[in-house]
Amino acid sequence: MTTSYLECSARQRLKLLLDEGSFHEWLPPAERLMSPHLAQLGVPCAFDDGVAIGRATLAGRPVFVAAQEGEFMGGGVGEVHGAKLVGLLRRALRDRPDAVLLLAESGGVRLHEANAGLIAVSEVMRALLDLRAAGIPVIVLIGGANGCFGGMGIVARCADWIAMSEQGRLAMSGPEVIEASNGVQEFDSRDRALVWRTTGGQHRMHSGDCDALVEDEIAAFRHAAIAALDTRRPLDIGSLEAEHALLSARLLEEASA
Amino acid sequence: MNWQDLTLALFGPGHGIGQDGDFLRGSVTFDGEPLEIVGTTNHAEIGVRLALRQARSILDIMAAHPGRPILLLVDTQGQRLRRSDERLGINRAMAHLGMCLDLARRRGHRVLGLVYEQALSGGFITSGLIADACDALPEAEIRVMRLPAMARVTKLPEAVLAELSQSNPVFAPGVANYVAMGGVRRLWQGDLPAALREALADAPREDRRAEEGRQRGGRHLAAAVMQRVLDAS
Repeated sequence: MTTSYLECSARQRLKLLLDEGSFHEWLPPAERLMSPHLAQLGVPCAFDDGVAIGRATLAGRPVFVAAQEGEFMGGGVGEVHGAKLVGLLRRALRDRPDAVLLLAESGGVRLHEANAGLIAVSEVMRALLDLRAAGIPVIVLIGGANGCFGGMGIVARCADWIAMSEQGRLAMSGPEVIEASNGVQEFDSRDRALVWRTTGGQHRMHSGDCDALVEDEIAAFRHAAIAALDTRRPLDIGSLEAEHALLSARLLEEASA
Repeated sequence: MNWQDLTLALFGPGHGIGQDGDFLRGSVTFDGEPLEIVGTTNHAEIGVRLALRQARSILDIMAAHPGRPILLLVDTQGQRLRRSDERLGINRAMAHLGMCLDLARRRGHRVLGLVYEQALSGGFITSGLIADACDALPEAEIRVMRLPAMARVTKLPEAVLAELSQSNPVFAPGVANYVAMGGVRRLWQGDLPAALREALADAPREDRRAEEGRQRGGRHLAAAVMQRVLDAS
């Protein structure tokens, strides 16, 4: 079996990333919790609506985890998918694990149930920020083929800490969407080098948008997550002013470039 | 409704709210109490620059006027679709704006959103949707995507989507659908100052949207699934 993070499914990643045999899934596929909206559209459903959630241990320490499955609807967030994420984060606020790991792989809101997905992503954001306020670290791992886009790209940047592989992508709008809206001269989505320079893991590491750049190996993500277990970044006026100064400086550099 | 008519109806003439490009900012007095206004207009594209401008205002309000309520006037066509914004980390700038608003709530500011013209996807998540409560004018438009575009992306016939949108609010644009799903708390009808007064008085502190979506019949599953996760053994 491959150990490439890029090539593995969400469940394979969990199996190899967490302590052996420690993952206990909540609302597993056996419960057949599916999207009623996809069914209504005659679109194939998944028994987990594209996300696995549960508790586990990492280096012997209790953690909660969620892993989005990019192979199903590109990891898009629908009503059930989003509610599983929110439920996990709220449960973490109640039960206080040492950290929450989010193996993010998502194109953002699932357009087949767009309104419910949009509200769900904002509920995920608020539940995640409740955890940060409570001092429970949220660690995001990005290395799947679908990247981490749209609302999930915002959610990732709300977390305490992000690890990416070079193959990972983190952004808001995908290159195809930008090209469709503003033309090929704005963003040529077939120019792979340009795509990587704009959204890829190496660019994000260079710009400080992720905290660790790791090899495309699940073991490498595991080591990075263990190292980050005690990373707490409190959100207060001071930290937000520092973030503001950093982002404002980017605009100035852009203007003078 | 344009922002000038809206603010005139809410605060009367000489309210002092100013427009600079697509950005709105001002401090007003409402029912004898100060209220901070931060917003956008012209169906603004939210790029890095405009996200930071709003964030700066929220940081300044927290520093200068602790606890003062904030009204967000929402009119956006969504995130700016440019490569330069992506390279600069537009998702990080929008997260920053969302986190500023979230911190303001935690520090005791009432944060209200009002969709007075249009709200779309990325521009909405880090404004009205992260407020304590988000209301809308009845004639406002809220959507992720228009039905023709949705039909293209999902590869489903537009007629099928149009028919389903009659019975299921998750597909179709419209403020009424967002109310049914709990994403918008209520619509401001008739007497606008009375609606604002009420909105300031009963803004919830907790995120009750999934529960409201269940009660209103627009989102049947979200609240139940969240509860099942909390109860799972």
